[in-house]
Amino acid sequence: MIKTKEVAASGLRAAANAISKGGKIPLHAMFANDERSINGNFCVYVLFSGAESGDFSMIKGWIADGQPLEFPSLTPLLPAAAWYEREIHDLFGITPVGHPDLRPLVLRDNWPQDCYPMRKDFDKNSKGKSEPQEESHPHVHGEGVFEVPVGPIHAGIIEPGHFCFSQAGENMIHVDPTLFFTHRGVEKSLEGLTATQAIFRVERTCGACSVSHALSFSQAVESLAPSEIPVRALYIRVLTAELERLYNHVGDIGNICAGIGFAVGTSQGARQKEMLMRFNEELTGGRFLRGLIVPGGVAFDIPGDLIRQASSVINALEKDFEELVEIVQESSGVQDRVRRTGILPRQAAAELSIVGPAARASGMDIDLRRDHPYAAYDQLSFKVPVRIHGDVEDRLLLRVAEVRESCSIIKQTVSALAETRGLIKIELEPAAPWASGIGWSESARGANFHWVMLDAKQKIYRCFIRSASYPNWPALAVAAPGNIIPDFPLINKSFELCYACLDR
Amino acid sequence: MLRMLKKIMQQGMVTEDYFMSSVPARFRGRLEVSDQKCRDCVKCVESCPTGAIKLRKNKICVDHDACIFCGRCVDVCEKKILRHTLNYECAHLKGQLDKEAGEAVAKKIRSVLGRSLAIRHVDAGSCNACDFEMSALLNPVYDITQYGIEFVASPRHADMLMVTGVVTRNLRSALETVLQATPTPRLVMAVGACACSGKVFGDTYAQEGAVDKIVPVDIYVPGCPPRPQALLYGLLLALDRL
Repeated sequence: MIKTKEVAASGLRAAANAISKGGKIPLHAMFANDERSINGNFCVYVLFSGAESGDFSMIKGWIADGQPLEFPSLTPLLPAAAWYEREIHDLFGITPVGHPDLRPLVLRDNWPQDCYPMRKDFDKNSKGKSEPQEESHPHVHGEGVFEVPVGPIHAGIIEPGHFCFSQAGENMIHVDPTLFFTHRGVEKSLEGLTATQAIFRVERTCGACSVSHALSFSQAVESLAPSEIPVRALYIRVLTAELERLYNHVGDIGNICAGIGFAVGTSQGARQKEMLMRFNEELTGGRFLRGLIVPGGVAFDIPGDLIRQASSVINALEKDFEELVEIVQESSGVQDRVRRTGILPRQAAAELSIVGPAARASGMDIDLRRDHPYAAYDQLSFKVPVRIHGDVEDRLLLRVAEVRESCSIIKQTVSALAETRGLIKIELEPAAPWASGIGWSESARGANFHWVMLDAKQKIYRCFIRSASYPNWPALAVAAPGNIIPDFPLINKSFELCYACLDR
Repeated sequence: MLRMLKKIMQQGMVTEDYFMSSVPARFRGRLEVSDQKCRDCVKCVESCPTGAIKLRKNKICVDHDACIFCGRCVDVCEKKILRHTLNYECAHLKGQLDKEAGEAVAKKIRSVLGRSLAIRHVDAGSCNACDFEMSALLNPVYDITQYGIEFVASPRHADMLMVTGVVTRNLRSALETVLQATPTPRLVMAVGACACSGKVFGDTYAQEGAVDKIVPVDIYVPGCPPRPQALLYGLLLALDRL
């Protein structure tokens, strides 16, 4: 259930204060929409967890025609709002008044002033003139303090991001990440497409979260009109979502070993991930499980022999994986590097509203699969592991525990699929004009939200994508300082954030 | 320690040779157009999310560089003219390695780079699927070093750039700088549908287009993403080692 409250944008902070109970209830997303052609307003939407479990609360703040394009910034109240507001400022030219740091976030050095690509009157084919702006970032001053700039092209096969480390000797004092290098304008590119056309772009927002994006988007579209998705399709969705979590977690555990230089763990993790990726390809024809989830259900069925094969793959993985965990846990070299490294305190995790394994490793007991069940998760029994130290070790061990849970979920799903027959896809009823809805799923990195509004012709008017990496990136800048710079890659890997998911 | 040794011994060798690879039955590879007469219903053309299908003189033409191998055209074709084969070997050569440009240049490049190739990866705006498949080449199953190929940390050490993703506005200058820093002779490979065609996300304010709009490209490896064997095929094709 989503409860929506409409206010004038000037009252946004007061409304947010009331709904979040002074910042205690987490902020999930914040985005703007150009609704001038519908009601003459620009709107700013803010999504919170609801007061009661299973609920969401949404505030819609409108800025009427002729009013100044601004709203009181929520950042002083809710630090988690900082990046969302900078993004709104960049893409819509709406100013959050009182924001402490309004540097450009998404559009940078060569983007012209007073040109806002997400407004409806922006010409889709115009690229805007290049006008180099001055890049500025906060500097740390002090005797012997120096800066180490890294990226956007890194030494390994990694996505692009620029990090500026302020150092006192080996110790990091401050990290300033510059991201959004892979900003492709995905949200803008979806506008004007039907949901069936858009799904291909949506699931290509990010490779490692393909299923999660497709799932959130499909559920958002399905929420716009009454629809009952066939049970078999729901279980197939769970199966692929858990397979995605598995290959990510197993691969990430291997990658954390790579950050330590523990080659045996790296190789074993990479081999097990490869085994899972190959099974993905057998199951769906693609190693990233793409092309299966579509609005209305799933595009194709999975025959019984492949479902049975899923059981044997999981059984083989469980034994193999436990042996890897034993090796990792008994290596003192690994323990030395991971324990008390890159601590994210619970309070910071809560204030930044972070999600997923990183949040659960810092003591936050949250998981959309349990708290806001979707697909067939309410029919399955699983535990949500939580750890309290918030260091690299806890993020590693949390993934280990989640791998075990995922294996159990997949086994339950396999038995359920053996008993369900019938339809796998339905035709969706047309939605009311300008209807909007939210879809969500728990990806391997945490909560993934999609907000979709369709126009009168059933085409996408606006789609906002909030992946799990969005709230988690700022947390990295909290966890890293105080550690030595050679540990940064390890801390970064323990969060395992997507750049493409954030940048869009 | 003993447990670790036991695991290594029990596991044995898992590395595969390129020619050993098998393809699962559901894999969606290169599109095949049968000789049957088409009804000109253009459903396939309309359904293609990246505009990879064109109808020329009643003949369906597929641009595999832009194809994301989603299978939609196959689903909508009423006469079942289109079919995904299991063939993933879609890589093709252009630029310095193009046959028409003369064998001499290609031969010279191969004689310099052929036996040991150092690659630098450049993400120009990808969704990270291509990047993950490149990382997979380093896993013990593909173990790319068995071919004398390795990934290096700096473009200054590289013979080839593997570029993934549609070039974004925010990464254009990084890509150009990396190319300048790479010593000649050098090769550039465009990896995946975004890099090869630039059509996956249409054309938005944030994109500059396909990689070959910005820097010259010698090898195209289509796929969304190309599976690791498809990448290997592209590399071995470029080095004339198939």
